[in-house]
Amino acid sequence: MTFANMLHITASPALSVLIWIVLFLAALYFARRPFHRAIMSFSKIIYNAMRFTAASVLSAEKRLAKRNREVVMAAGLQNAERILEREFDRIGAAVTRDLEGYPNVHRQLSELITKLDEDYLSSADVPPSLPNWMPIIESIASIKHTGDSMVANMLAEINRSLTQQNKKAIEDYRNSTAARHAILNKMMPFWRKIEKSLDSIAKSINNIKKRSKTVDRYLDEYEKIRSESDKAARALSTSALTQFAIAGLVLLIAIGGAIINFNLIALPMSEMVGGASYIGPYKTSDVAGLVIILVELTMGLFLMESLRITRLFPIIGAMDDKMRHRMIAITFTLLAILAGVESALAFMRDRIAHDMEALRQTLAGVEQTGLTSSMIPTVGQMVMGFILPFALAFVAIPLESFVSSSRTVLGGLVAWLLRMLAFLLRLLGNVGFYAGRFIVNVYDLIIFPALWLEGLLRGSKSKKVGAPEMEMPEDSPLVEESVANYEETLKLKEQQE
Amino acid sequence: MKKHLMLALVLCILIAGCTDTKSHSTGVYMLMDTSGTYAVELKKAQKILNYLLGVLAPGDTLAVARIDTGSFSEKDIVAKITFDDRPSTANNQKRAFMQQIDTFVNSVEESPYTDISGGILQAIEYLNEAGSGKKYILIFSDLKEELAKGYQRDIPLQLKDFNIIALNVTKLRGDNIDPKEYMTRVEDWRAKVEKGGGRWGMINDLERLDNIFTH
Repeated sequence: MTFANMLHITASPALSVLIWIVLFLAALYFARRPFHRAIMSFSKIIYNAMRFTAASVLSAEKRLAKRNREVVMAAGLQNAERILEREFDRIGAAVTRDLEGYPNVHRQLSELITKLDEDYLSSADVPPSLPNWMPIIESIASIKHTGDSMVANMLAEINRSLTQQNKKAIEDYRNSTAARHAILNKMMPFWRKIEKSLDSIAKSINNIKKRSKTVDRYLDEYEKIRSESDKAARALSTSALTQFAIAGLVLLIAIGGAIINFNLIALPMSEMVGGASYIGPYKTSDVAGLVIILVELTMGLFLMESLRITRLFPIIGAMDDKMRHRMIAITFTLLAILAGVESALAFMRDRIAHDMEALRQTLAGVEQTGLTSSMIPTVGQMVMGFILPFALAFVAIPLESFVSSSRTVLGGLVAWLLRMLAFLLRLLGNVGFYAGRFIVNVYDLIIFPALWLEGLLRGSKSKKVGAPEMEMPEDSPLVEESVANYEETLKLKEQQE
Repeated sequence: MKKHLMLALVLCILIAGCTDTKSHSTGVYMLMDTSGTYAVELKKAQKILNYLLGVLAPGDTLAVARIDTGSFSEKDIVAKITFDDRPSTANNQKRAFMQQIDTFVNSVEESPYTDISGGILQAIEYLNEAGSGKKYILIFSDLKEELAKGYQRDIPLQLKDFNIIALNVTKLRGDNIDPKEYMTRVEDWRAKVEKGGGRWGMINDLERLDNIFTH
């Protein structure tokens, strides 16, 4: 039976269509309740499934965030410990340097003080006074003579002796004062020495005081990290993100340097290992050039590790100092040799490039006028070939920062993605739930004549019974309850963990 | 056990990487038409060869042969070389090769017939022996084949992995009167090459020689 035949169940097509519509509406009306249940069940399944999945994802995100925090804290602690260790080393070095010579300074000061004391005592000597008989002579000299020439002569003699004695006494006193002044003059350098020594000690003590303040500051930061406060976690996360960006930028620059380095040595390597052999799809000369650069990077890495600038290989940092110094010498020597090799290769590259250019000009049939015989480009390339390996050696520092910060950054990124996923799942669950309700409403809209008729037939009684949609709970408390229970269980588990 | 497996895997990768037997070199065999109507164009062929010398790398092979009455012969090979692995030596070889070609172009004798098919057969043989990874046969000719009496060239060409590029295919006087002749001539060669499994190309503008190796 075709569709056209079905429409012609009566003589009038309009009547046939009307009968079909009535039948269709009746069928939909009778199927209304099962349809509503089916749709609502389906939407609840979607809603529940999405909510459960979202809760699981959120739980995973929380675990990851917790782990991220632990990692950040551990990294922060390690960094703070490293800084503190360095500061203590510096203080130790300062104390050793400044106070190691203190006994010597002390001895020098004691000697100087003894000498000063002696000088002081010698400068304090009283000058010789006039003889004791001077008052007697003075009293004799004051006797009035009566014109007796003998007495006059005697008195004149006494006067002369007295004047002479006085002169001598003054002279002695002056000499004695000059000698004391000379002693005091000699004391001046000793005073200056003492002042200098005391200044030096004061400077050392100030330096130690300054360093101890720095240590105090770092210790405060260390304590903050140890207390695992949110503020410290935020500061460390931000710091990791900054480190990641800066280290990434520096690494990009280093990659640029490595590419230039590679171009400097790839061509001359073909002169050494041949330009026609291949390892896989790559030219052997290119691979050889790359290997040289990678070996340089590795040597740089080991050098930085041996110098304890980076800590990518704890085994190197933990070596005893003698072994570490040997390693520094070996890696630096190898690096220097490789730099020399690169410099020679750069020279060879310049020669080959010169020859190739000459050939091209010959083949093109032009005169070789453009070729410069200046040594500047050659020397420039050689210098670059020598410097770049040493510059690349420092890549270890940003590499370490990049590696250590990437864990935090990637962890944060994954946590954010999980949060977004949880949000999307919840959104999908809600969309699914309300889509079910929308379908139910549209269904009722389609069969509204039947519902209207039902309303008429039932009258006021049916109003009391209420619309069928009232029978369908819009938000099942059971669903909410189950999801809430599940989330609570997860929280409890986390707390237990 | 895990360590052994890892070691085996690394070794397998290394062996697979190192035992790449595929040749990466390029082999170019250039046929130069020396027949009466075309011999005047040989200076252009020299320019093409200079271009080839400029772009070919160490380890590549280059051979130049002339097309004459009977081209299926080693005697028709004017110059051939496989460049040394070292760039400096390869440069010297290129200079010597250029001199050889210069001498040939200045002393070439015109040929009464044009045996292009014989030249291609010789080129196939030579490049297969050279073992080049990429094989190019360049035909510097007007593509009008004229065989001497008794020469048989109705042999199917085995041109798998070969690129056949016709260069400077000049129009003959008859072509100007009836262009169909020119088109038919070119089309016949294309069909012949593609039937043999080769790839066909044509470059008439010698300013676009860099298209040779894009085929």
